Formats: sequence, C-alpha cells, structure tokens
Amino acid sequence: MAIFYILLFFMVIAAIIAVETKDLLSSVICVGAIGFGGSLMFLLLCAPDIAITQIVVEVLGLIILIRATISRDHTFITGEREFFGMVVSLAILLVIFLAGIKVFENLPPFGAPIFAKMAEAPSQSYIRNGLTDTGAANIVASVILDYRGYDTLGEATVLFTSILGATIILRTQSRKRWEELET
Amino acid sequence: MTGMTVIVKTISGWVKVLIFLFGIDIILFGHLTPGGGFAGGVILASSYVLLMLAFGRKFVEANLPLPLASRLDCLGAFLFATVAILGLVFGGAFFTNFLYQRYWPGQALDLVSAGTIPLSNVAIGLKVGASLFLIILTLSSLHRDVGRAEPPGAGKASVARQE
Amino acid sequence: MLYALCFLLFMIGLYCVVVKKNLVKIVIGLAIMEYAVNLFLIMLGYRVGGTAPIIGRGDIQAGVDHVAAHFVNNAVDPLPQALVLTSIVISLGSLALLISICIRIYDKYGTFDITEIRRLRG
Repeated sequence: MAIFYILLFFMVIAAIIAVETKDLLSSVICVGAIGFGGSLMFLLLCAPDIAITQIVVEVLGLIILIRATISRDHTFITGEREFFGMVVSLAILLVIFLAGIKVFENLPPFGAPIFAKMAEAPSQSYIRNGLTDTGAANIVASVILDYRGYDTLGEATVLFTSILGATIILRTQSRKRWEELET
Repeated sequence: MTGMTVIVKTISGWVKVLIFLFGIDIILFGHLTPGGGFAGGVILASSYVLLMLAFGRKFVEANLPLPLASRLDCLGAFLFATVAILGLVFGGAFFTNFLYQRYWPGQALDLVSAGTIPLSNVAIGLKVGASLFLIILTLSSLHRDVGRAEPPGAGKASVARQE
Repeated sequence: MLYALCFLLFMIGLYCVVVKKNLVKIVIGLAIMEYAVNLFLIMLGYRVGGTAPIIGRGDIQAGVDHVAAHFVNNAVDPLPQALVLTSIVISLGSLALLISICIRIYDKYGTFDITEIRRLRG
C-alpha cells in the first residue's frame, strides 16, 4: 500500500510542475511523467489491459502535443488574467474542493469494494459465468465485446467522428490536390 | 518532418517490424491474454509513427498514402458493424455471439474459441490503428513556419500554399 | 486518503483550465483531469490481495466447465476496467481534435494567448 502513496505523490508533484512552469515543452514532458506514473498504478491495481493501453496512448498523446508546441513562436506567455476574475474562480474551486472531500467519507474503504458484499451484483455474474457464456478467458474482453457491445460501438463512432473532424480542420489544400493524391 | 541519422534509420527499420508483430499478437490473442483490440491498434499505429520520425514523412507517405489509410479505417468500422448485424441475422438480437452459441463453440483457452470476439478484436484494431496513423500523418504534413507568426486574417493565404 | 490524493490531482487540472492564459496549457489541464478520473474509477474496483480478471489454466477444474472458487473470491472488478479502456482511447481522439483547433488558431492569429484572441477580429 505504501507504493500507491509514493506513486500518487509523484503524480501530484509532476502535475504541479506541469501547471506552473512557463516553458511549454517542460509541461508536456511532465504530462508524460504523469501518464507513466498512472500506468504503473494501473499495473499494481491488477489491471494489465489498462496499463498497456495507457502507456501507448500516452506516448502517442505526447507526440501530438509536442507537434503543436515545438517550433512555434510565443511559447513564453507571462502574466495572469485580470485580478477579480481570478479571485472568484479560486474561491469557487476552494468550495468544490471542500465539498468533494466530504463526499469521500461515504465511499467504501479502499480495498473492500461494494460488489464483494452483494451476491447479485452484475460484476459477480460476469466473473462467475463469463467463461461459460462467452468462451473467452479474458473477462474484460468479454465484457466490452459481448455483454456491453453497444458501448464499444459508441466508442468506435466517437473515435471515427473526432478523427474525421480533426482531419477536416487541418486541411490546407484544395479539393484539386486531394484528387491528385488519390490517382 | 525530416529524417534522422544513419544509425537511427538502420535500427528503426528492424525494430519497426518487431513492434508491428507485437501489435498483431496483442490483437489476435485479445480474448486470452491482456490487451485486446484497442491496445493492439494503438501499437500498430505507433510502429508507423516510429518509421515517420526516423525516415521522414515523404517516405512513409509513399508507402501508405493518406487515401489508403482512410479506406482501411472505414473498412475496420464496416467490418465491426457487419459482425454485429450478422449477430442479428443468425442469433436473433443485435451483437449476439452467434458463433459461440450455435455453430462453433471451440475449446476454452484455445486460439479458436469465444466465437465472434476475435473477429471484433481484429476489426477494432484495424480501425483504431488506421485512425491514429491518419491523424498523425495529417498533423505532420502541415506547412510549418519556424519562428514566423502569421498576420491576422491570413487564413485564406494558407489555403493556396503548397503542402 | 488515496481517494483524496486522486481528487487533488483532478483539482490541479481544473485549476489549470480555469486560471491559465495559454491555450496549450488549458489542453494540458484537460489531459490531467482525464488521467485523474480514469485512475479514480480503477481504484474503486480494487480488492486487497486480488488478481487480475483473466482466467488461467489453474483456475479451471479439469472436466468441469466452471471457474474455481478462489478465482471468484479474489478477482477484482472487471466492469470499471471495461469502461476505462474505452475512455482512454476516446481521450486520445478528443486531444487530437483540440490540438488541431489550437494549430489553426495559431495560424490565424499568431499567438496562443486567449486574451489577445478575444480582442482581434479576423
């Protein structure tokens, strides 16, 4: 359990550095450190699927972020926003933080999840009957592709649409050149 | 995006094949080991990104041009929807695992098991890999001005610029 | 206490979105918030001394087609893992969309500063 605290402190410190530093390249590298710490946490929390996905997605996300910041002028921006707006925002953030801390007293303690006490929880039926209902040994794969296949269809649609939108926004060439590329 | 030195080019030509093979392994065995379609698809895309960083964008665009990548993306999505609709035709409800329940149960813990789950994994892996490769190729083919800011209202001028 | 640290990470990301002036910093704050939320969901399903929800050869009794009792009593929750798997890949897609909008804004206005962008009319 101590390793969880160490990793979370590492992630919080990297987040503070990413937010406060003035150079954009350093913040992008600190976001990479947060993602790497997150992947280690997932591995220690017995979720190997998620750990693999998180580390490769974080590497590609870093490449996309660096593409936007490198070799572009005006990467040093100083000063803050106007004073009154910032005070109001910080006050609202403080209220949200205190309210959130009170919510955590009602959550089940770490390491003793609710589904362990309920016999008719959906997770219990997935673990018990996953192999006989679907035949897959990886229960997470059987959940995303057999029991909850609609969510995967929705996710494929969202990914498709967002990549389509990003490609259209970045298009600088006219239609003639795209047709030239196709031949 | 220009290429790098000779050492980087040689090593990444060998390593790219290993990364591609690793991605295919994670997709195909997604119902037995951790991984699945999403992680494997992202690994496939990142093998091509490695090639793009080491050899330059023009080399990769000559091998896997942009229209082909977008057609692979659409093919993956279409394959996923087809597997779901076949579940409706043969099984009675959308997304039914009709291969496992009716025709071909297979042995547990084997490669050929779990019905339509490996087919869906392959479709999702193809789709995610082609999408992410497409977006990084498009991001790197923008004309980059090193240290020169555009004056306001120059959006129309950038349309007429060459790649 | 671990949940409170995860919530602190989320609040740091929210602070970055609300207070900072640089457009890429706002996108970085959104990425930090997404990491914090995914971590919180996986921490909800953890069981002390648990195993990953993947059936190996030792968990199936030979000849009988159901899983052993020690797997059912020790496996962690597979449902949050399925939801977070989808969420991680979607966050990459939305990051690509946001960065493409930022690049376009830079090409048109010449700066990433949002107070300047508000004042210029294109």
